[in-house]
Amino acid sequence: MDLSRLRNIISRYCAGEENWVDSRTVYIGHKEPPPGAEAYIPQRYPDNRIVSSKYTFWNFIPKNLFEQFRRIANFYFLIIFLVQLIIDTPTSPVTSGLPLFFVITVTAIKQGYEDWLRHKADCCINECPVDVVQRGKVVRTQSHKLRVGDIVVVREDETFPCDLILLSSSRQDGTCYVTTTSLDGESSHKTYYAIPDTMAFRTEQEVDSLHATIECEQPQPDLYKFVGRINIYKDKDEPVARPLGAENLLLRGATLKNTQHIYAVAIYTGMETKMALNYQSKSQKRSAVEKSMNAFLIVYLCILISKAVINTVLKYAWQWSPDRDEPWYNHRTDNEKQRHVVIRAFTDFLAFTVLFNYIIPVSMYVTVEMQKFLGSYFITWDEEMFDEELGEGAQVNTSDLNEELGQVEYVFTDKTGTLTENNMEFIECCVDGNVYIPHAICNGQILSAASSIDMIDSSPGGYRREHEDLFFRALCLCHTVQVKEEETVDGIKRGIHQGRPTSFYISSSPDEVALVEGMKRLGYTYLRLKDNHMEILNKDDEIERFELLHVLNFDSVRRRMSVIVRASSGEYLLFCKGADTAIFPLVVSGKVEQVKARVEQNAVEGLRTLCVAYKRLSDSEYQEACQHLTEAKLALQDREQRLAQAYEVIERDFVLLGATAVEDRLQEKAADTIESLHKAGIKVWVLTGDKMETAAATCYASKLFRRSTQILELTKKRTEEQSLHDVLFELNRTVLRQRSISGLSVDCLDFGLIIDGATLSAVLKPKQDVAGHGNYREIFLEICRNCSAVLCCRMAPLQKAQIVKLIKASKEHPITLAVGDGANDVSMILEAHVGIGIMGKEGRQAARNSDYAIPKFKHLKKMLLVHGHYYYIRIAELVQYFFYKNVCFIFPQFLYQFFCGFSQQPLYDTAYLTLYNISFTSLPILLYSLVEQHVTVETLKREPSLYRDIAKNSLLRWPVFLYWTCLGVFDAVIFFFGAYFLFDNTTFTSNGQLMTTNTQMMFGNWTFGTLVFTVLVFTVTLKLALDTRHWTWINHFVIWGSLLFYVIFSLLWGGIIWPFLNYQRMYYVFMQMLSSGPAWLSIILLITVSLLPDVIKKVLCRAMCPTATERAQDHDKLVRDDPPAQLSPGRSCKGASTHSSQFQLGAMETLSLSRSDPLPQKLLSHLAEGGRAELRSCMLRLSGAGIAYYAPGPETSV
Amino acid sequence: MSRFTANADGGQVSVFNPRQADTQKKKSHKSSFRQQKLPAWKPVLTTGAVCLALFIIGLLFIPIGIALSATSANINEVKIDYTGMDKSSSCFSCWKSSSWNNTCKCTVPFFLDRSFDSTVFMYYGLSNFYQNHRRFVSSRHDSQLNGNMESLMEPSKDCEPYAFRDNKPIAPCGAIANSMFNDTLDLFRNVPTVGDVRIPLTGKGIAWWTDKHMKFKNPGGQDQNLTTVFQGTSRPLNWRRPVSELDQDPENNGFINEDFIVWMRNAALPTFRKLYRIIHKTKKMPTLARGNYTLHVVYSILHRVLHPTSNHISSVPKPLQSDYPVRSFQGRKWVILSTSSWMGGRNPFLGVAYLVVGSVSLFLWVVLLVLHHQNNNP
Repeated sequence: MDLSRLRNIISRYCAGEENWVDSRTVYIGHKEPPPGAEAYIPQRYPDNRIVSSKYTFWNFIPKNLFEQFRRIANFYFLIIFLVQLIIDTPTSPVTSGLPLFFVITVTAIKQGYEDWLRHKADCCINECPVDVVQRGKVVRTQSHKLRVGDIVVVREDETFPCDLILLSSSRQDGTCYVTTTSLDGESSHKTYYAIPDTMAFRTEQEVDSLHATIECEQPQPDLYKFVGRINIYKDKDEPVARPLGAENLLLRGATLKNTQHIYAVAIYTGMETKMALNYQSKSQKRSAVEKSMNAFLIVYLCILISKAVINTVLKYAWQWSPDRDEPWYNHRTDNEKQRHVVIRAFTDFLAFTVLFNYIIPVSMYVTVEMQKFLGSYFITWDEEMFDEELGEGAQVNTSDLNEELGQVEYVFTDKTGTLTENNMEFIECCVDGNVYIPHAICNGQILSAASSIDMIDSSPGGYRREHEDLFFRALCLCHTVQVKEEETVDGIKRGIHQGRPTSFYISSSPDEVALVEGMKRLGYTYLRLKDNHMEILNKDDEIERFELLHVLNFDSVRRRMSVIVRASSGEYLLFCKGADTAIFPLVVSGKVEQVKARVEQNAVEGLRTLCVAYKRLSDSEYQEACQHLTEAKLALQDREQRLAQAYEVIERDFVLLGATAVEDRLQEKAADTIESLHKAGIKVWVLTGDKMETAAATCYASKLFRRSTQILELTKKRTEEQSLHDVLFELNRTVLRQRSISGLSVDCLDFGLIIDGATLSAVLKPKQDVAGHGNYREIFLEICRNCSAVLCCRMAPLQKAQIVKLIKASKEHPITLAVGDGANDVSMILEAHVGIGIMGKEGRQAARNSDYAIPKFKHLKKMLLVHGHYYYIRIAELVQYFFYKNVCFIFPQFLYQFFCGFSQQPLYDTAYLTLYNISFTSLPILLYSLVEQHVTVETLKREPSLYRDIAKNSLLRWPVFLYWTCLGVFDAVIFFFGAYFLFDNTTFTSNGQLMTTNTQMMFGNWTFGTLVFTVLVFTVTLKLALDTRHWTWINHFVIWGSLLFYVIFSLLWGGIIWPFLNYQRMYYVFMQMLSSGPAWLSIILLITVSLLPDVIKKVLCRAMCPTATERAQDHDKLVRDDPPAQLSPGRSCKGASTHSSQFQLGAMETLSLSRSDPLPQKLLSHLAEGGRAELRSCMLRLSGAGIAYYAPGPETSV
Repeated sequence: MSRFTANADGGQVSVFNPRQADTQKKKSHKSSFRQQKLPAWKPVLTTGAVCLALFIIGLLFIPIGIALSATSANINEVKIDYTGMDKSSSCFSCWKSSSWNNTCKCTVPFFLDRSFDSTVFMYYGLSNFYQNHRRFVSSRHDSQLNGNMESLMEPSKDCEPYAFRDNKPIAPCGAIANSMFNDTLDLFRNVPTVGDVRIPLTGKGIAWWTDKHMKFKNPGGQDQNLTTVFQGTSRPLNWRRPVSELDQDPENNGFINEDFIVWMRNAALPTFRKLYRIIHKTKKMPTLARGNYTLHVVYSILHRVLHPTSNHISSVPKPLQSDYPVRSFQGRKWVILSTSSWMGGRNPFLGVAYLVVGSVSLFLWVVLLVLHHQNNNP
């Protein structure tokens, strides 16, 4: 077995590329094909074992160690440890070995545990039972024993064990229903089809008698793409070839629904299934903080090396006289004497490096990692980001980027489903310019229109009547909606069941559901698809049947879909619906002008419009189309392209019927969120595939553009009139002029830019022709930089990513965030620094590929302004503090070298050296970095401008870093020389010695070190305490606890003669020190002196030029000190102002509410067109007043 | 109207629902940590608070500083250099013309212009002596000093090259022990009528109690004869007598000799002093009255090998200098006499530091107060 496998592998690789083909041939049931068909080359496929675990029992230790030491920090500490082992260094290997061991062990345990869980999960999956048809019998086996070519039986509610091609199902029509919830989150039932030749098989024997091969592509990760062909051998004829597509492929991980059982053949197994291929992790994103951290580390590494070099050089300069080098009381051993001076110098250099190596904190990486890992739970736990409807809260897919959320400068957002609900509601349709509004239906009759403004003529004429009928039928037929019976549905309800509660519509596109729903309300009910016949219940309660012949599926390039049906009368009809730009060029007749006008008007109002057209096909035309389609579908290679070509041939010469308008409501608080982001100094760009007018309307509604915003257009329409060059330069001039005028006041006028996909690609196109005109890209970026909001419409998915990339690469290198909900946003989500997915209605693809997933757009506000802000200040303090405390720690040791003859004598005891970073000072900062809140959550939400305070990595810039380092050096100097003068004040009067009061005992070098160390531990901990603005009981516990722990540890460590140690240098040192009065006094003094400058600096800065954050803190404090109930007269005006802003907020929400009310909305839009904005806002309040109790009023929220 | 209800059903609007609010409250109460809503004290470093703190610091530190300075100033201290740098001094001649057989004595006269009333502590001080050199610090064997018999016979490698002598283990091993200070100091008061009166010096209680009783122990327990216990070991190279003959008093002999213990506690800095003797206060009389005194230094208790000529340190004693040599490394030797107080010996630094910090805080307090005032009333 193993030998043959080996041979196979060898032969595969030796044979070169010939055998390594793009497609694989699967023999169903492992039957060899009839001779002469093709040479039988058995291919080897992996078994169906899923291995998600990284390690096995045997390779865990070496592999894990290897993985861990690939990290530069761990490797550095390993080197230090090895140096300590090899040469005679001042500190024992334990001091660096123990922390390293600790770090490595903790990480290994964590990874090992995770891997164990994965093993368990794998085992569970691999051993679950599967039924396989073998020799006409159903045999039960284990999942991992499945092989490619096995015929599998899957029963209802079972999960597919591998990727399967459906052969037959228990349903008569050879279909089966599947949910892919665990794959992409879509809970709707999808229909999969068996090929007609095999769908008749009912029993195992029949299935077993099948003689066929499947040719298909090699496994690839795209879930929605599959190309294959099945060759069925019947008797001795030529094999019958049928195309296989994604609709025949059942994916591993999906679940069978509503179908008793199916027979299917395995084609991809184990790690080659699409699900497993999708496991592959995405490329790692690194946060800006991490980059700063690495830069700081390099600085510290340089400091370390220079310190070691300085000391080595000084040591040899100092030792020049032999009395110093080797005084009579202190001889070298013979070995040392014989060593060459260069080797000695090098060893000394290494020894100094080891002595000072603690300046690079080993535990920082662990702490940072723990902070990120644990900290990310606060996002998942957040109830404010919990969505009742979805029943889910925010998700964190990577915790590496938490702090990046506080650094965002550009937000790129998708429109549909992100800014808007993606909950479509049919608003109106227009047939040849006549408007129908289902809202006005009464008793099933179309009351054409007392309320409809644009109704031209209510008496139906013959021509119009025909178009009307066709239009409604087109909408009833041209879709991929499924009808679900009540008892069979367990997914999310997509339709509002009206009248007939037993059935409703399900589709992956909410637009379609809305349209079919709308038709239902207009009197045409789509009943079901049965035996390839679509049934419609028309206005007169008659059932019409159309045979569904072909579906030309929707894709984002064509932006339309079509169906070809045969009416009961026998005529062939092709219905097409799609975006206006996709339909109008193909139209040859119909009332184009009227429809176009209506479409544009609707678009201005922010409605999604679709155009409907049809054409009649003659028999010959139909046959031709059929042939095109079948050919394309059968193609193994470039099937996509071929299909697209075929569609292009078929979809043309349409007769325009009319248009529909569907409203996509703005998401709750979308406008508020955008406004907050603006105030936070974040530039918001909307990237959408929608048309300009619709998108612009949404932008206005969502406050992206305000009334005062001056809109700059960079659209195809404009570039057709002027050259792109001129437009760009003109816009640039406008922007620059404005800036030079307004200069100081930034807020007085802001620009909004609208650009469309076509122009964008022209701008981004690398210019070869005219060198003199400079780079459009730069000018474009310059314009964008000066615009507070940009709208990019008509974007292809890839263009979205392009834009993000463009901004990312611009010279400021801003931090970008992309938020979207659909598969078309994945590219930009992956491209941006931070990708956020909305758990939308269009499946989970965006959420799965994102770094963070949130249920609603409004949660972005809390995510950035609160969580991002907190994470940033937390990690910034963490990083700076870590470097600070290690400078404080090591610098005295450096100074001590000048007083001990550069002999690398450590100042502190081994235990202190070892435990300083891992236990005395580790917990307080970790806790700080988890729970610190410098201002309250409410303040952060109320004042988004606080976000500007931390923009551009402001807390980790070089000046700040320098300040912290200087502070560390200052403190270290205070510690060291404070103790020095207490021990030996020769410069003063050259006398005096520390003694205990009663026993007059002398203190030695270890007491000296312990004194410095005690001051050090207290100072750095209290420094953190002074920086803490949020003292929960945990903070108290940890900060005072760790100080107490230090004292207790020292008492214990010095209190016993430890039998396992070969030295007793610390014996009673700590107690002796504490029994001395001057020691206490000097500890208090030194701590005070070390802490004072920082406090004074902070207070002075605060008094002279307070930052917004500090003002907010003061404000918070004021509010806390005297609650708002007793408003002093001085502050009542402030209170009033917050009231009024709250009221505006309330009004704004009523606006978004009112969008769902078509009547007032239409009225309003008319009013607005009249330019009477005041009246409009007045009306808004009026219309809002009716439903005011929905909105959180100012009273309730204060 | 139907649309209206549909809206409410669809839950599009966040309806203020008291029941829902209730459950919310319950949940967040349960996990206020998870919601980051733990009750917390939120101090802000305001100018006011810092002003107060500075004021308190000033108020506390200045009196402490005054008290410390006053105490320190009241402490009497005298420092006598007996290195013998001056050619006329008798110690110079001792250094010059010492011989193996004779013990050399030198005397240093000095005058006390103030009487020392309380207990006086007598120190010896050395400078430029790097007791904190790494090689030196580690050159000891604590387990041997703790009385472990095995360690006695097998000194640690740390003691190299002071571990073995003629293949016999050195006890106590190591560079520290080897270089133990060995000048014998005596104090005489010159009473005009009587002549020189010896001042009684106590050598008891100069080491840490814990060191004497716990950390340092003679091998083999209390009652053993030290000579037999140390049989098989060799004395340190520079010592003239084995460790078992350091003192006649069995309580102060061997490893628990207090002079030895004091020496074994490494000093933190190259210039240091170590307690040598205590002159206890006697009734009514000042401990050291104003007047003339003479310091007697007796060298040559131990024996030094200054520059070993070969790598193999020979056991043959080479008569060289017999005083405790510091000149080779430009060191100095002192005797210091000092009284003490609640805060220990004389140390003006602490008092001055307290005064400086206290006054700086008061100054800053004033500055901040002015600033604060200006900010509040622009």
